[in-house]
Amino acid sequence: MSIDAKLVGARDVHVHYGEAHVLRGVSLTIRAGEAIGLLGRNGMGKSTLIRTLMGHLRASRGRIEIRGQDGARMRPDRVARSGIAYVPEGRAIFGNLSVRENLMVAARPGTGGRDDWPLPRILDTFPRLGERLDHGGQQLSGGEQQMLAIGRALSTNPDVLILDEATEGLAPRIVQEIWRIIGTIRATGIASLIVDRNFRTVLANTDRVVVLEKGLVVLEDRSAALAAQPVELARRLGV
Amino acid sequence: MSARARLAAPLVVTAAFAAFPLLVTGFYLEFTTKVMILAIFALSLELLVGATGLVSLGHAAYFGIAAYATLLLSPQYTAANFFWLLPATMVCAAIYALAVGALSLRTKGVYFIMVTLAFAQMAYYVFHDTPLGGGTDGIYLNVKPAVAIAGWTIVDLGNPRTYYYVVFGCLVLVFAFLAILLESRFGRALAGIKSNEQRMRAAGFPTFWYKLAAFTLAGALAGLSGFLVAVKDGFVNPEMLSWHESGAVLLMLILGGMGRLSGAVLGAFAFALLQLFFQWEVVFGNFAQHWQLLLGGTIIASVAFMPQGLIGLPAQLRAWRSRRAARARDA
Repeated sequence: MSIDAKLVGARDVHVHYGEAHVLRGVSLTIRAGEAIGLLGRNGMGKSTLIRTLMGHLRASRGRIEIRGQDGARMRPDRVARSGIAYVPEGRAIFGNLSVRENLMVAARPGTGGRDDWPLPRILDTFPRLGERLDHGGQQLSGGEQQMLAIGRALSTNPDVLILDEATEGLAPRIVQEIWRIIGTIRATGIASLIVDRNFRTVLANTDRVVVLEKGLVVLEDRSAALAAQPVELARRLGV
Repeated sequence: MSARARLAAPLVVTAAFAAFPLLVTGFYLEFTTKVMILAIFALSLELLVGATGLVSLGHAAYFGIAAYATLLLSPQYTAANFFWLLPATMVCAAIYALAVGALSLRTKGVYFIMVTLAFAQMAYYVFHDTPLGGGTDGIYLNVKPAVAIAGWTIVDLGNPRTYYYVVFGCLVLVFAFLAILLESRFGRALAGIKSNEQRMRAAGFPTFWYKLAAFTLAGALAGLSGFLVAVKDGFVNPEMLSWHESGAVLLMLILGGMGRLSGAVLGAFAFALLQLFFQWEVVFGNFAQHWQLLLGGTIIASVAFMPQGLIGLPAQLRAWRSRRAARARDA
């Protein structure tokens, strides 16, 4: 697949929660192999945009494309089966299933029948999970649960991996480990959309960054270029 | 529990049930047959409530519809063939479950409970208020179905001991089928839906169709228990579809412990034995006529003191003992 191949596209997307106008005409494109950082302060619409792309929320206006098809009315399971894996905010595991079952239940070939992420490869990437295969999901630490959620997303052999606050609430050592894994996944050529509070780490681990403010894209550039604008970034993202 | 004990326990229980008709006759044999049918009914609901997290308050509809279908599809003066009658009654129950599921699964939580109840009550009133099933009087089965191949009867369903083994075989098969199903990818998907449906959709599962498949299958299995009870008693009435019956099977699961198949079986036995015990005039005298009060109180107490049901009691006792030992050490 060429680098220009568009996997996910949003054009002038508006989303309302009742009276609240949360997204006010957001456009975003994810191309094959590209790592994109989605930044913004709390409540600026990052998770809403992701949930809309994944089909969990309906856009009130605008166009969403998933692999060139109209994604605005696509159900979440169809979006997922189009090769878009989503690791939502929070501990996105099935607590009543074991680690092995969590990984096996979602496993399926990717587009074109690819099986790049069989169980042994996932366990190589997350050695901690290999040691706890028969543990219940609820018996894992927060970091392990997050690794399991990412591992489960990889077991679907995705073309795009969407990570919403994957390091939130984790110990610094575990955060480092998660970022190392994200780097490994990026090197395999899977496109990614990463939401995280630590914008400096996001800039260091992505090709391009999009900054949302009050439901609008206010900054969009190559990560390296934005990293050279610390004052502007601090103004948009600083507490 | 050790692996050997875990393997031995079901074998011992199965052997005990297989040997039971050799030791008893009459009331106890019939009672145990009835309770095994209730256990199949409870297992069918366990697939919905315990495995998928769908609390249905209308499960008796499929039980009753299959029971009525058994009598309505049987010829009046000759025996129907078991091999087509049983699947036909299960299909009747499954079709109604499919229709109810297709509509009710679009709702969630308390709305789902109420919609399933409403559909069950609709079915109840069809049999209660129309001549289709003999109205409130119900209808009788003149001739029990024949388990026959090429006109040669191989099993006599009229013999209580034989019928016990037929029901026992059905219970073992349903238990084994559900155990395998819940270990399969389909079963894991149901467990995932119970844990978090939105997450399962995000993982690429069309959850509605999975739930509808579970709902229809649960209806078909409830239909099996309806067929068995209709053949056993040779009589059906609208009360089989009533909300009392749906509530009773839900109480069996609560009493036995939800989330485990053996809990459903244990719950059916506990419920039936408690019912029998509280109706015992030798112990309770005239108060035995208020057995529902005693049974209700017992279930309330069991929910309060055994939140995981009877099946979770050993683990609960172990936890209590270890807490007590820890307190003693600290003191």
